[in-house]
Parts: sequence; C-alpha cells; structure tokens
Amino acid sequence: MDELLKLLRKNALESPSNIAKMLGLTEKEVKAKIAEYEKKGIIRGYQAIVNKDQLDLNTVRAVIEVKITPEREGGFDRIAARLGKFPEVESLSLMSGGYDLLVFVTGAHLKDVALFVSEKLATIEGVLSTSTHFMLKTYKDQGVLMETEKEDERLKVSP
Amino acid sequence: MKGSKFHRNFIASHLQGIPKSGIRDFFDIVSTRKDIISLSIGEPDFVTPWHIREASIFALDRGATAYTANLGLLELRLLLSKYITKSFHVEYDPTSEVLVTVGVSEAMDLAIRAITEPGDEIIYHEPCFVSYAPVIIMAHGKPVPVITKREDSFKLKPDMLKKKITNRTKAIILNFPNNPTGAVLERKDVEDIADIVIKNDLLVITDEIYSELTYEGERVCIASLPGMRERTIFLNGFSKTWAMTGFRVGFACAPAPLTDAMMKIHQYIMMCAPILSQKAAIEALKNGDSDIIEMCSEYRKRRNFICSSLNDMGLPCHIPKGAFYAFPYIGDYGMTSKDFSLKLLDKENVACVPGTAFGQSGEGFLRCSYATNMDDIKEAIIRIARFVKLLKKG
Repeated sequence: MDELLKLLRKNALESPSNIAKMLGLTEKEVKAKIAEYEKKGIIRGYQAIVNKDQLDLNTVRAVIEVKITPEREGGFDRIAARLGKFPEVESLSLMSGGYDLLVFVTGAHLKDVALFVSEKLATIEGVLSTSTHFMLKTYKDQGVLMETEKEDERLKVSP
Repeated sequence: MKGSKFHRNFIASHLQGIPKSGIRDFFDIVSTRKDIISLSIGEPDFVTPWHIREASIFALDRGATAYTANLGLLELRLLLSKYITKSFHVEYDPTSEVLVTVGVSEAMDLAIRAITEPGDEIIYHEPCFVSYAPVIIMAHGKPVPVITKREDSFKLKPDMLKKKITNRTKAIILNFPNNPTGAVLERKDVEDIADIVIKNDLLVITDEIYSELTYEGERVCIASLPGMRERTIFLNGFSKTWAMTGFRVGFACAPAPLTDAMMKIHQYIMMCAPILSQKAAIEALKNGDSDIIEMCSEYRKRRNFICSSLNDMGLPCHIPKGAFYAFPYIGDYGMTSKDFSLKLLDKENVACVPGTAFGQSGEGFLRCSYATNMDDIKEAIIRIARFVKLLKKG
C-alpha cells in the first residue's frame, strides 16, 4: 500500500504539512494525492475508532453467518447488495468455508437484532439459514487495541 | 566507614582515568524530572515482535534453561552464517568463525582484548558510541580518535585517518551507520579505507549494529572487499534490527584464529549468551525479514519529519542515512551542547543528549533520537521550535 495511505489509515487527522515532511513531498502534492484518492473512491471516508464498551451505550452487536443460494448471473452479489442497504449492517463480506456471508449488525437492543434477523434477513429469497453470535467485548478493532497501553518502560536516557 | 584502617587505593590505576559516561551524567539529571519527552533513548521504541517473544516463551516452557555451547547454539550459528552471506556478502564458517555474544558490547570488548597488547594504538572515529575509548583503555591499549566533520557528512576521511597511523597502530574501529551522527559510508569511502588498512597491515573492527537501518544507498560491508575478510572482525547484533536490546544477544565473526582468541576470553568470562535470547534470535533470523522492512519504513518517515522540521526552525541538520538519530548543529546560539540541552530540558521538558557525550568533537551538536513514537516527536518539535525562537529573540 502507498505510504500516504498507510499514514492516513493510522491517523486520518494527520496534517498534510506533517505528511509532506514525513514522505519528502510538498504539502500541495500531498493534498492533490489525497483528493485523487477520494475522487477515485479509494478513500471511502474518515471515521473515529471509538471504544464503544467505554460509552455504556447498551447497544448490541452481533455477527451473523448467512448461507445463501447463489443466483444464475448474479452469484452472491445481488443478495449482498440488498443486505448492505440496511443501516443496521455495519460490515458485510463474502466468505469461503461453511457459510457464505458474514454480517456485522448493531442494534439498540437484543430485540432489534432478533427482529432484523427474523423479519428482514431470513425472509430474503435465497437465504437458506442464519446463525447469530452476539459480541460480548471488543479487545481490538481495526488494528487498535481497546485497552490503553502502559507507559514506555525504557530508561529515559541511553547510549 | 568510620574507624576503617585501610588507606590503600584498591582501584586499578588505569580505570581511574576513565571518566563516567556523559550519557550517565545526563541520565542522572533527566531522571529527576517528570513528564518529559525524551529524544535521548538509544534503543527502538518498538517492542520485540511478538513471534520472537513467543519463541522465547515457548523455549522456556519446554525447559530450555541450560548452558549452550560456548560459541552459541549451532542452529543459530548456521542461520547467522547464511544471513551474513546474504545480507553482507561475506562468508563465515558456522563451526569456527561465528561467536554468539552477550550483545555487541561484549563482542567489542572481546575483539579489542583479543588483539591489544599494552600500548597498542587503536583508532576510532569520533563522535562515536560511548564505549570504544574506555574499552580500549581497559585492555591497556591507547585510544586514538579521528574526528569526523559535519561538512563531510560525518564520514571518515582517508587523509584524516592516514595522519593518525603510527607504527604502534594495530586496528581501526568503524561504526557506520553511526551512532550518534547517522552517517553511512559509500562504496568508494569503504574502498579507500580498505586500501589504507591493507597498505599499513592493520585490522578492522566493524561495528555494524545499525546496518539494517540504512535508509538509502548501497550498504557495503568492508569485510566483503578483496583482501579484507582476513583482516576484519565483523560485529553485529539483534538489538536494533529486531528491537531486542534487553535480550542482550550479538555476534562476532572473524577468521578462525581471531574467533578462537575471542572465544578464549568469552568462555572464561561469559560461558555463553543466555539460551532464551539465543532461541529468540533463531526465530528472528528465521521469520523476521518483514519486521525489518516495517521498522525501516516507519523510521524513515520519522527521520524525514524530524530533520526537515529541525532545518525549518533554524537548527541545521544533515540527513542521516542510517541509524535512528538526528544530529543537528546548535552552535549558532552561543551555548555549549550541554548548556543547550540543560536549558531545553529546563524550559520545555524535552531531553536530547548533548553531542559531547560522544566525544569532544560532538561539541556544537545535539543527538535527537527518533526511536520515539510519532506523537511524541511532533510534540517535541513544537517545543524545540518554541525554545529556538526564544533564543533567536534573546
């Protein structure tokens, strides 16, 4: 991956002037490159990584394994596209192995998720079965540990 | 003790002339302060990659708690020999020419003690790592510094080197990429030095601890040049390359008779490097190539950032091509390096090591380590810039 993208993946708030210094580019070049990535749709957005467990939101997150029948001329894509439109769905991937789609869902209550599965997901034509797992605690999300790391234990000065 | 009867000075006289490390001095001052940002740390801020730590834990689990062969585990020596051939283009026989040591610090001591007769002169370039001169003195040799200069990008210049050679000169210590200047040598530079070494029938001890952290240009190990293998002791270790400082594991490679001589000292004073560290080192060599690439890419960004920021604020700084130190010139502000760093610490709570900790020729410079996370580097730069602005006004 391009170094610029790596930096933004780590910290999307990094200023173009700092990025320019790190990569030996001009600020203008950095801004132009970012604009180009946005235009091409390679950069899809910028979000904060939030430790939801710390917020006492009482929301419920679940991972649902979904088996579906692939369609002639559509494969898995049509059903996936339909599923992706639901705002409850946080992420959605096609998987190899024992099931086909892996769906991450968030709801305000357990009931919401249950309803989503039984009313919306399971009733889509082509969905053969679902298996829902509720998430209890998140330790790491998008490469970021949810626990604050301990202080630097190195000596303050060393040769 | 009160009432004590002894008056004799029990301390060996050659030790009394060795000053306490300037780093140690500075450490004592810094450690009294709270909430500082430290750019004074000479070790990676990365933790040893997990797969390497895990290998050591696994070995402990399996009960690997015994001595190893004096030379080190054969598996490790075999891997080392392969790694050195691949990365440094020089071949060493794993059974007789590779010695696993407790860090490069021990390896340096072994190398110097193995070759030094009382009064032998050993040349080293300065500014440099703190231990070279003291180790030479402890071996009853005579340390002879050659100065490297900012206008030469801190490379060792052949004419400067030649001037220091006498009929007592035995060896030259090279350390490129260099701590504290970050300087590296190009092929031509290394060839010129090799030429002088061969003509004067000298030995080279090359401390290559930072060689994997070379950010651009070709890396040339002097032992790989024609006629140099037989007159080079090659030293390297795992500390900087794989962020394994606390494991204390390094290695010395040289033709069998030299390795034998070092081994004599090593077997009586150290026996062997710790087995768990050797196990970790095996894992690093087997599966650690990608770790180096990742660390290098991160250090390169930090280097670019810190050097361009220092230059912007009015602290001229050459671009170090290796290691993880920026070495800006601070001589325009009418202060010694020590005063500058003490004031910076006092006013802005940023710790940088005064250049003089690495020899008198470090006067006028500051060593800023970028083995520190990017957020701290950014904050440190803001603070140093504020400090420099104040100096410009005053």
